Amino acid sequence: MDLSYTPAEQGFRAEARAWLEAHVPKAPLRSFDTAEGAAEHRAWERILQGGGWAMVPWPVEYGGRGANLLQWLIFEEEYYRAGAPRRINQNGIFLLGPTIMEFGTPEQRARFLPKIASSEEVWAQGWSEPNAGSDMAAIQATARIDGDHYVLNGQKTWASRGAFADWLFGLFRTDPASERHKGLTFVLVPLDTQGVTVRPIAQLDGETGFAEVFFDDARVPVANRLGGEHKGWNVAMATAGFERGLMLRSPARFQETARKLVALYRENEASAPGGTREEVVRCWMHAEAYALDTYRTVSRLLGGGKIGFEASLNKIFWSELDVRMHETALRILGHRGDLLPEAPAAQGVGDWLDSYLFSLSGPIYAGTNEIQRNVIAERILGLPRSF
Amino acid sequence: MRFAFTDDQLLLQSTVRDFLKKECTPEAVRALWASQTRHDATLWSKLAELGVCGALLPEAQGGMGLDERDLVLLLEETGRAALPEPVVSTAAVGVPLLRDARNHLDEGEGQALRALRLSDAWLPRVAAGDAIVAVGHPANPFVADAGVADLLLLAHGDEVHALERAAATLTHQPANDPARRLFSVAWTPSAATCIASGDAARRLLDAALDRGALACAAQALGVAEQLLDLAVAYAKQREQFGRAIGSFQALQHKLADVKVKLEYARPVVYKAAHSVATQIATRAVDVSHAKLAATEAASFAARIALQVHGAIGYTWEQDLHLWMRRAWSLERDFGDAPFHLDRVSAFVLADGAPIGPGHTFRQPE
Ligand SMILES: Cc1cc2nc3c(=O)[nH]c(=O)nc-3n(C[C@H](O)[C@H](O)[C@H](O)COP(=O)(O)OP(=O)(O)OC[C@H]3O[C@@H](n4cnc5c(N)ncnc54)[C@H](O)[C@@H]3O)c2cc1C
Repeated sequence: MDLSYTPAEQGFRAEARAWLEAHVPKAPLRSFDTAEGAAEHRAWERILQGGGWAMVPWPVEYGGRGANLLQWLIFEEEYYRAGAPRRINQNGIFLLGPTIMEFGTPEQRARFLPKIASSEEVWAQGWSEPNAGSDMAAIQATARIDGDHYVLNGQKTWASRGAFADWLFGLFRTDPASERHKGLTFVLVPLDTQGVTVRPIAQLDGETGFAEVFFDDARVPVANRLGGEHKGWNVAMATAGFERGLMLRSPARFQETARKLVALYRENEASAPGGTREEVVRCWMHAEAYALDTYRTVSRLLGGGKIGFEASLNKIFWSELDVRMHETALRILGHRGDLLPEAPAAQGVGDWLDSYLFSLSGPIYAGTNEIQRNVIAERILGLPRSF
Repeated sequence: MRFAFTDDQLLLQSTVRDFLKKECTPEAVRALWASQTRHDATLWSKLAELGVCGALLPEAQGGMGLDERDLVLLLEETGRAALPEPVVSTAAVGVPLLRDARNHLDEGEGQALRALRLSDAWLPRVAAGDAIVAVGHPANPFVADAGVADLLLLAHGDEVHALERAAATLTHQPANDPARRLFSVAWTPSAATCIASGDAARRLLDAALDRGALACAAQALGVAEQLLDLAVAYAKQREQFGRAIGSFQALQHKLADVKVKLEYARPVVYKAAHSVATQIATRAVDVSHAKLAATEAASFAARIALQVHGAIGYTWEQDLHLWMRRAWSLERDFGDAPFHLDRVSAFVLADGAPIGPGHTFRQPE
């Protein structure tokens, strides 16, 4: 165990910091869940890719920097430290990309990965359906083979970034006689395909952060299948592992929120309600614990380990920490915490309210925390199934 | 940067685990409760043979030449086994205190010489399992293990004194955990017993506090894991309403929460061990964080494990309380939660505190 950075690692940090300081937009971009904001975020991704920083841990041939996961963690720390924009293509870069690397053919890797890295193609994730939420194996949307094409029918919903994305990856039932997780196939669908209709849905904050997607005899080439026919469940589970386990929520994000929370408390110390001081300090400790755990995971992965069911522990921990930090911030702000940014008295309230709303979705998406607790109970602790 | 243990470290841990599983059974612990000293001299020498007692001593002094990063893994196992022996007092706190006392040669010559002679005389015996050290630290109102100790290291204001047990008057203070040996110690400090004073003594006592709290945190990890294992095993086997109670989600989710708390305390404890071993400037904060996280995980595990067991868990006969009582006492030893929370708060809320992304690790000085 050696918890100090090598000169090379320190050099990498310095390089990332210098580049980010020179390039991160000075004014915050508009929300990527609006048309203008989405365009601004795509432009930022082009700059990031131009500097070679878009996908730090990916091989250079796929548009990455060829760095290792530890360097990725360092980069993330610098990224959040610099207050850089959120990543509009997180479905692509953090979820689909690693999945294509594991399950894709050489042609698929060459075709898709560079455009994911550059966010020239922004992705939406199409798993949930009106009747398949937590119970994802209840998926009903179908893909029927017709020559060298699939013909897609049915509906997906809650697809994040769906309103402004170019492509969707999703699970479709290819074997009509199949049940549950058998007979599903992982298919990559251009959203401008004829027969595909995207209908944006306003989220709790009023912006169109996700969408429903309807498929009406939409034809996509069989070559867009990722992994084997009827083998989509395993491919999707790998993606879910990346989502919960490591990539989607790097610790720097929560450490930055914790840092802001400490600053908010210090600014409002005189008026902060009792108990908030301890909460603030505990939130900081939890963010550090999450970072420490991630460093351990990365060390394990670099030593040849794999991410397993323990990803469910992460998902619970970061999502509940995020809610707790925002609740604490709003308690510190008191009545001002209820004001929208345009309110004349909203000075100094920051974007706590907006990000509080977003934090509330953390325990729901990427598999609800109840489902994660089921996974921990059954897969990690070995308890009998609950139903 | 590599946050992982070596195969050798893990091998030593599993050796100690297997050993304690055989030698420190719940029946053995209960037998000790009934004994006069609550100490098993044979078991203690076997632990010394395994290298536990002198883990932190150089090989030249009969030790293993290990540091806190190795020791926490062994302490975790002593927690898992609810071992009643004085490993925290002796191996984790007493030994390094005595070891470091000899390095304070800047102090009065008499003290330094005494420290030197004392450590030369005692440390090899301690490493061999032939002597036990107990430490009276201001953080603890009672001196744990004084009754079985041969040598007492006692704080007195800004001084550290060393005396043989016979030179002090001990009053046993029976405690909630029958395995605990708490004593009030009456003694008379004198120039002849003083081995460090002033800054040197303060440094020794600060280090002793950090080592003691770290050791409690490491034991608490083992205690928490054992409580979770017991609860899970019981939940798989006990049936109600025609099925295993472990299939009820209300219990599953509680047990999952224990697992989350435990697994997010673990890396905090390991980092604190690294900080103490490599003398990182913020080690006191890291230790406090570790003590809070691990002892809270253990107490939470105790609470849930009891609930999962129902009435059988509420009996003296069921072994669960061996670990429940340990969890409770670990919360108090070497600084309780408010004490450690204060230390972390002072760091986090200070002007210009180095917090936020990229500040998790500090280079050694
Ligand atoms: C902001 C946001 C973004 C999202 N983005 C995407 C996306 O990009 N792509 C996508 O496919 N989906 C996305 N989702 C959908 C998300 O994956 C689902 O909401 C989630 O899987 C839960 O499904 P559901 O909403 O149908 O709730 P339900 O499954 O109906 O669950 C309702 C409640 O019942 C509980 N529950 C259900 N089953 C169990 C059980 N077995 N044990 C205990 N409790 C249970 C749940 O935990 C929850 O509390 C997103 C959701 C949100 C909020």
